[in-house]
Amino acid sequence: MAVLSTKLLLLGLLGYGMGAAAGLLFFKRERAANLLSFGCAALAALSNFISCVSALATGAAASSQSFELLPSLIPLVRFSISPDPLGCYFGIIVSLLGLAISIYSVGYAPGYYGRKNIGVLGGFFNMLLMTTTLVFLADNALFFLMVWEIMAMTAFFLVSYEHEHEETRNAGVLYFVLSHLGTGCLIVGFFLLYQASGGFAFEGYRDLGARLSPGIRTSVFLLFLAGFGFKAGVVPLHIWLPAAHPVAPSNVSAVMSGVLIKTGIYGMTRVFFDFMGNPPNWWGVTVLTLGTISAVLGVLFALMEHDLKRLLAYHSIENIGIILMGLGAALMFLHSGHPVLASLALIAALYHTLNHAVFKALLFLGAGAVLHATHTRNMEEMGGLARRMRWTALFFLVGAVAISALPPLNGFVSEWLTYQSLLQGFGTTSSLIRLMFPLSGAMLALTGALAAACFVKAFGITFLAQPRSDRARQAREAPGTMLAGQGVLTAACLFLGLFPTLVLKLFDPLTRQLTGQQLSRQLAAVDGLVLSSVVAEGGTVSTLGILLLGICLAVVPWILWLVFARRTRIRVAPTWDCGLRGLTPHMEYTATGFSKPIRMIFKTLFRPRREVQREYDFSPYFATSLRFESHVEEVFYTRLYRPMNQGALRISRRLRALQAGSIQAYLIYVFVTLVALLLFAL
Amino acid sequence: MNPNPPAIVLQTLLLLFLAPLVSGYMKNWKAKLQNRRGAPPWQVYLDLAKFLRKDMVLSEHASWVFSFAPYVVFLTALTAGLMVPMLIAQAPLSLFGGVLAMVGLLALGRFFLALGGLDPGSAFGGMGSSREMTISAIAEPALMLAVFTVAITAGTTDLSRIAQSTQDAAWKLLNPARVLAFAALFIVLLAETGRIPVDNPATHLELTMIHEAMLLEYSGRYLALMEWGASIKQLVLMTLLVNVFIPVGLAGPHAPFLGLAMSLIAYLVKLTVLAAAMVVVETTNAKLRLFRVPDLLSTAFVLAALALLSTFLFYGS
Repeated sequence: MAVLSTKLLLLGLLGYGMGAAAGLLFFKRERAANLLSFGCAALAALSNFISCVSALATGAAASSQSFELLPSLIPLVRFSISPDPLGCYFGIIVSLLGLAISIYSVGYAPGYYGRKNIGVLGGFFNMLLMTTTLVFLADNALFFLMVWEIMAMTAFFLVSYEHEHEETRNAGVLYFVLSHLGTGCLIVGFFLLYQASGGFAFEGYRDLGARLSPGIRTSVFLLFLAGFGFKAGVVPLHIWLPAAHPVAPSNVSAVMSGVLIKTGIYGMTRVFFDFMGNPPNWWGVTVLTLGTISAVLGVLFALMEHDLKRLLAYHSIENIGIILMGLGAALMFLHSGHPVLASLALIAALYHTLNHAVFKALLFLGAGAVLHATHTRNMEEMGGLARRMRWTALFFLVGAVAISALPPLNGFVSEWLTYQSLLQGFGTTSSLIRLMFPLSGAMLALTGALAAACFVKAFGITFLAQPRSDRARQAREAPGTMLAGQGVLTAACLFLGLFPTLVLKLFDPLTRQLTGQQLSRQLAAVDGLVLSSVVAEGGTVSTLGILLLGICLAVVPWILWLVFARRTRIRVAPTWDCGLRGLTPHMEYTATGFSKPIRMIFKTLFRPRREVQREYDFSPYFATSLRFESHVEEVFYTRLYRPMNQGALRISRRLRALQAGSIQAYLIYVFVTLVALLLFAL
Repeated sequence: MNPNPPAIVLQTLLLLFLAPLVSGYMKNWKAKLQNRRGAPPWQVYLDLAKFLRKDMVLSEHASWVFSFAPYVVFLTALTAGLMVPMLIAQAPLSLFGGVLAMVGLLALGRFFLALGGLDPGSAFGGMGSSREMTISAIAEPALMLAVFTVAITAGTTDLSRIAQSTQDAAWKLLNPARVLAFAALFIVLLAETGRIPVDNPATHLELTMIHEAMLLEYSGRYLALMEWGASIKQLVLMTLLVNVFIPVGLAGPHAPFLGLAMSLIAYLVKLTVLAAAMVVVETTNAKLRLFRVPDLLSTAFVLAALALLSTFLFYGS
């Protein structure tokens, strides 16, 4: 079994390679490039998916061996991978999404026919999936950094795919710069680990934390937190994310929000849990605090958006925050010597990672279908799409319910686990720190409720009521392959939500690897139909039971209909228009209007500005024309990044004096530097 | 622990038929306090029967979501109600979820209620949806924090166990944490059930309405389901307050018939007192401006945070 799953894994990687090659070879024939590259990607992802699931389900991943993909001629670098439980788990995420998104892309790419090069899109798409898979499996720090960098560059090319728009170019550059700042932190971090262990193999880093001096240990923690934090989009390192994710083609946005930011979560889990051993308390406190801040701010900024894809991008920040809350709690429990609770919090975080990947990719694919049909990302120009794009609307609604953490779907299950671990955390210490658990639980509740508000807006304004523009009026349902891709993810949302105890079995090898515990038995009750807290009588929940009960209770409305309403008729008529001459789309509530109360309540954060210009002939109450403008300040950009940027420019202007343009001066600099270094060395 | 079919049926019937009566009595008492005679308490049943018999008008702009929403609102309220202990300390469906699932189900109902408000494309509905989601969002942390306070003390999120954990020792009821959390939840209750000072249940066609604005386009049996669902939700939240925070008189797991009757009486007395308190608050206060509501709800949050702090001080001692 283990051999078979390894073979399937290699086959999948090869498939991505072939897809990339096919895309680039057939770049002049768009249909062939589309079918071959995305077809290869779908098959490769399927093969990887089977491989990773079987490796985790049979427990083969626990005894995985590291092996080299290619012989390496460079010293210290070994192209070795090891499909261990943690890697396999993230492998499931990338391959499940890869499968659904590749199927979707076959229908999505024709939108670019005649305008853009499909071969490049397909080729880089395959490359991105391959390198992301390798990031999760790499077993050597230098190899990890290589594929990490190729992944980041591939993503940069894909973000810049529609580079004819200035917005896209700017977003691409912002992503490029911040991504490299993050990589810089990682390089330094890995060099510190190299210094301590004398090698680049991950094997040598296991539980290295205990052998590091406190100063080095702290630096390693901070460097990796920042480095992976940039990739994950943790507030305040997030500003590239809402810029870059929306401008990419929608299938790429789905990969980026679903998988790519999860590489940051993977890295943190790998380093903090696998390499660092018993963490000091402030690590967990820091991660939990960062998570809480990211969750609340992410959803608040999302509420202010009326660009559908930017809204979704901000929700990725929110969900990364929720994941970090779980990770932070797990670190704190490890510190206080509660491995079972730590495993519960870790499972909650990683389960949410998978869930977020699934529903966020689903929502981005839905947004892509809407974009495909209406050619706009502006929600204020949408509306009425539920009657024109029935299936897309249904799939998007499932995704919206799931991301709002409402039962019985998957978002609810992982947040339930997070709540459980936070609540049980109160008893683990006696210091004032323990107040953090229920307070961050309350912030999680705020986040969930705001997310629900945001998705009522996103779904309601986009899909319901009358179309607000001609483009929306003429929208057509997406082609079958696009619907199939969304269908796969919708099914995954339902499965992950309704059968959590089956999914939790996959976590056993993973928690055994990281915390030495195994919880799937404790978490399941009543033949696996009910999810139960690890603490005895700590609480149970059954999403399947809730769904079935709800369906059974539907007998009540049915009886009411039988008794009272059998002879009633249904009339279809216009919505009441207050006696005006018919309701027009202009009278509908807008996305901006919908979030106005939130904007006013949190005005210290948003600093809303509005301008109203009214032209009138005789009385201000009868305006002939009206101009309304409303802005929200991007606090982190204006207060943090812009000053930093300006400071950097100021310093470089000063330094420019050094660059006089004469060779002699440069030779002197070289000489002076050399002497200085020699003196330093002596 | 396992689901007990007679208890499920009994509690479902109780939820279905007690909820409109509670709404009816509250309307009636409110009228009396305002020197009006008021409709009889059972008028609500007659209204529901009338709505059910009427033909329906559906908006031509609306989609299937509009027709789906009433069922979700009604069924989520009913399902959530089965997770709260009403007569027996063991709620019939504790196994399927505790307080987190209950709050989640009510939120699911609210989600579809707000979508139903947006669907017909009228500005009133959109306004109602926007305000409903805003208010519930800022009420949610106070609600959860107050619930966490008792959940932490009991070590579980299962409402039945929370109720049982304090049942045996009456002095635990006067625990300051509990009293503060109860006060916080009372404010949240006013907001969640759309009562003055947050929303006015008696208004139609005012620019201030929230819940009623979302229902404007509903008629016939959908309106009946929406109204009935709202009253069930109100009863569920009131039961949460009276039975989980003051589990006095709740019958044990194998109570004889007489025990159940006593428990019913105790439950009705507690409900009456709580309903009377809500009516008094409604009559003696004016409705707040929308942007004053966050102040009220942050008071609730602070109360809940104080409750937590006192849990911290007394926990384990």
